[in-house]
Amino acid sequence: MNMQAVRNMNQSPIIDAIDRAIIAATQQGLPLTATPYQDVAQQLGMDVKELLARMQRMTELGIIRRTGIIPNHYKLGYTANGMSVWHVPEDKISQLGKAVGELAFVSHCYRRPQHQPLWSYNLFAMVHGMHRDEVYEKVEKISQLLGTNDLGHDVLFSKQILKKTGLRIKQGKD
Amino acid sequence: MKLTAVDRTLINQLQGGFPLTEHPWDELAEKLSIPAEDMIERIRLMQANGLISRFGPIYNAERMGGGLTLAAVKVEPERFAEVNDIINSFDQVAHNYERDHELNMWFVIATESPEEIQVVIDKIEAQTGLDVYNMPKQEEYFLELKLMV
Repeated sequence: MNMQAVRNMNQSPIIDAIDRAIIAATQQGLPLTATPYQDVAQQLGMDVKELLARMQRMTELGIIRRTGIIPNHYKLGYTANGMSVWHVPEDKISQLGKAVGELAFVSHCYRRPQHQPLWSYNLFAMVHGMHRDEVYEKVEKISQLLGTNDLGHDVLFSKQILKKTGLRIKQGKD
Repeated sequence: MKLTAVDRTLINQLQGGFPLTEHPWDELAEKLSIPAEDMIERIRLMQANGLISRFGPIYNAERMGGGLTLAAVKVEPERFAEVNDIINSFDQVAHNYERDHELNMWFVIATESPEEIQVVIDKIEAQTGLDVYNMPKQEEYFLELKLMV
């Protein structure tokens, strides 16, 4: 992340009505055409160069994480998705979190607050596998990596999706 | 649908980095040595078959000035459906999963302002009578999505 992004992280609003219109037009995806950005620009009645400049700025600010294919893990055979949760020493968590986050089979890795006594896990790592045994094997690898810093862990598999909607931004609000 | 070599290349190479230029496919065609029309057609087909959920930019709600958190509640089995209905009724609840733990309902709250998160949590607590365990992200460690097929 560049320094500009750091400075802007806690400021709002950093996007204006035109940015919001761009987000609303592209959050469900880009058109699969030879000239996707030109087509979006035309739909919004703006110049493609302005659209690209604004999307470039939003990318630099981290508002756009990345642009490309969002695979459906489940349909690609990765049907066992376990939320592995770890209790690690707070004073080493940044260093340990980075090591876990770099593992190829970990897609999301976050530090989150503890809620004692019910919840002592402060590191969350999403592990994807073709089946549960594969997830457990990968979790064991994380445990080995953490060594004595693994003060306890668990894997929470999703039993059921109760709701799943994408990001919905309202258009026209500044 | 069976994945072709081109499909695998596209999934593995294109989870980010789609060029922000007037002719993005031409640039990619050169880089990946796959004709532009083929890439468009294969992505369209994979999307139609659900292998790709979306193609385009992924937005980060927090950086737009909004609020985002992960929260969990501990629900007794006999109240599960009722509590599920209450929590799902909030537009700010984007995802909700049943998970196998004492804390058995986990949901993502996304709001237009950071302050609104607590408002939603207070309402959920009032309407369900349950404690909401708020677990906002304090630090992020992953580099990028890297599913390989």
